[in-house]
Amino acid sequence: MMKLYTRRIWINRIGITLSMAAMSLGLIALLWILWTLFSKGFAALNWDMFTQDTPAPGSEGGGLRNAIVGSGLILLFSMLISTPIGILAGIYLAEFGRVSKFASFTRFMTDIMLSAPSIVIGLFVYALFVTTTGGFSGWAGSLSLALIAIPVVVRTTENMLKLVPTSLREAAFAVGAPRWQVSLKVTLRAVKSGVVTGVLLAMARITGETAPLLFTALNNQFFSTNMDKPMGNLPVVIYQFALSPYDNWVNLAWGGALLIAFLVLAVNIGVRVVFRNKDKR
Amino acid sequence: MSEPSATAGIDLHAKQVRKFRLQDRFFHHSTQIFAFVVLAALVGILVSLTIEAWPSLKAFGPAFLWTNIWSVPDDKFGALAAIYGTVTTSVLALLIAVPVSFGIALFLTETCPLWLRRPLGTAIELLAGIPSIVYGIWGLFVFAPLFADHIQPPLQALLGDVPIIGGWFSGPPIGVGILTASIVLALMVIPFIASVMRDVFETVPHVLKESAYGIGCTNWEVVRNVVLPYTRVGVIGGIMLGLGRALGETMAVTFVIGNANRINGSLFAPGTSIASTLANEFGEATPGLHIASLFALGLVLFIITFIVLAISRWLISRSMGSEGL
Repeated sequence: MMKLYTRRIWINRIGITLSMAAMSLGLIALLWILWTLFSKGFAALNWDMFTQDTPAPGSEGGGLRNAIVGSGLILLFSMLISTPIGILAGIYLAEFGRVSKFASFTRFMTDIMLSAPSIVIGLFVYALFVTTTGGFSGWAGSLSLALIAIPVVVRTTENMLKLVPTSLREAAFAVGAPRWQVSLKVTLRAVKSGVVTGVLLAMARITGETAPLLFTALNNQFFSTNMDKPMGNLPVVIYQFALSPYDNWVNLAWGGALLIAFLVLAVNIGVRVVFRNKDKR
Repeated sequence: MSEPSATAGIDLHAKQVRKFRLQDRFFHHSTQIFAFVVLAALVGILVSLTIEAWPSLKAFGPAFLWTNIWSVPDDKFGALAAIYGTVTTSVLALLIAVPVSFGIALFLTETCPLWLRRPLGTAIELLAGIPSIVYGIWGLFVFAPLFADHIQPPLQALLGDVPIIGGWFSGPPIGVGILTASIVLALMVIPFIASVMRDVFETVPHVLKESAYGIGCTNWEVVRNVVLPYTRVGVIGGIMLGLGRALGETMAVTFVIGNANRINGSLFAPGTSIASTLANEFGEATPGLHIASLFALGLVLFIITFIVLAISRWLISRSMGSEGL
């Protein structure tokens, strides 16, 4: 009897210890990656990074100005495309789609799109847009990132709208408001901050996306704000520079990686701190 | 236009109702159209990839899937090496990630002090937020050299002479390769699997767990005999979600897999995956069969991940008792 008891205690101890080891492994990985990023990234960080363009092969110094501006533009337009589409689709799923077959099918497909390989989305935009408009462009980059962001916005909007108490909707209906006013002026407004969270998280998600930009926005060594032409952007610059033989390029890649990771983590942490109570996942 | 009369108010009201009804119908259908965009994108991906891949599909037929050749000069293409690399790295990644994720979820739901649950949970979620390209350069510059110097040689000394599996650890320890890619992938999918596991573990009714604790079960026994059986479906769903992620991951793998378009029995050897082949070659691909074959690779990847993710979502939604997460 005692032997069995000791055995159970020991199995439990081993199990719990292993689970703590797993937890520490996760934390160590996070800290290790962050520490590497900060130590190598900060070493590369200087004012030139923001004021100079990406250097030509073999030349000294240089910065990431064109890539930062390009990334900013591509992100801006992809959010301008994906936010309204995502929010309206989310409203449909939450307000009209509780019982409809079409809606549950859409919901299911949206969930799949959330994890679909981003490189395939790049291929799709290449086939659909780059070949038909005659070349790589900032627009193509924005479009492919928008396609990745839309499912994120749809699902967070829907989840947030579902949290709105039915009584609030009923109160609005009772005073004679039509459905669209109830949706836009009552329920959507009630979860405004949650929807903003979703949009921010979607932006964080696409900020570091590299794969779809490789065949859409391509890259541009020079400063350009022309969305019709290939456009420099941070992820692709990091990718190309990190694999290059030049020390200053590799340094810039670390600096760029720090910028991106900092932005993404800041949004992720900020959103969690600000919307602590509404954070369901 | 109407004269003041007793019915004017009612007319006005009826008109207003009609107007609202029309607006509502418009609102309903326009939001529906936006929801349709997502579906259209999915179908569009399938259709456009098939069209672009058609020359290759016609030239090589289904044998494309099991032919081990990738030669641009000869215009001969087969996907086997890329499929092998994709599947091997993903499966190895899961072998590492599943026990670790299970441990994390167990810790977060059962033994972690309450005040630590939130910060630790957030830390794991942040791991999911780090862009894959950051994993890539970290893997290439930090992890791979360390792996080559301190982990591969002892592994080789220990297991290199063991029959059957010895071959997995043969070859020069150069850091980059299938195994390194698998480990980096594992780190990337751990947060996804762990957070699904945590969420489904939390759906277990407290009464059920407490009755097990009440008859004297240990933490481990409760998880092993109550929580896991209760959440089996969701746990498998979470694992499939991780698999779907791992299969399609591009940048991190491209950095550390070594990009050699061949199949090598050793896990230390460089290889390739579908996604990394696309990332490496698509930009400079020659029009014709080469680019069509790359599209065919993309199509294969899309179909595989679609099936895996569809199963995953179905299992997770069944387990969580609602549609999706």
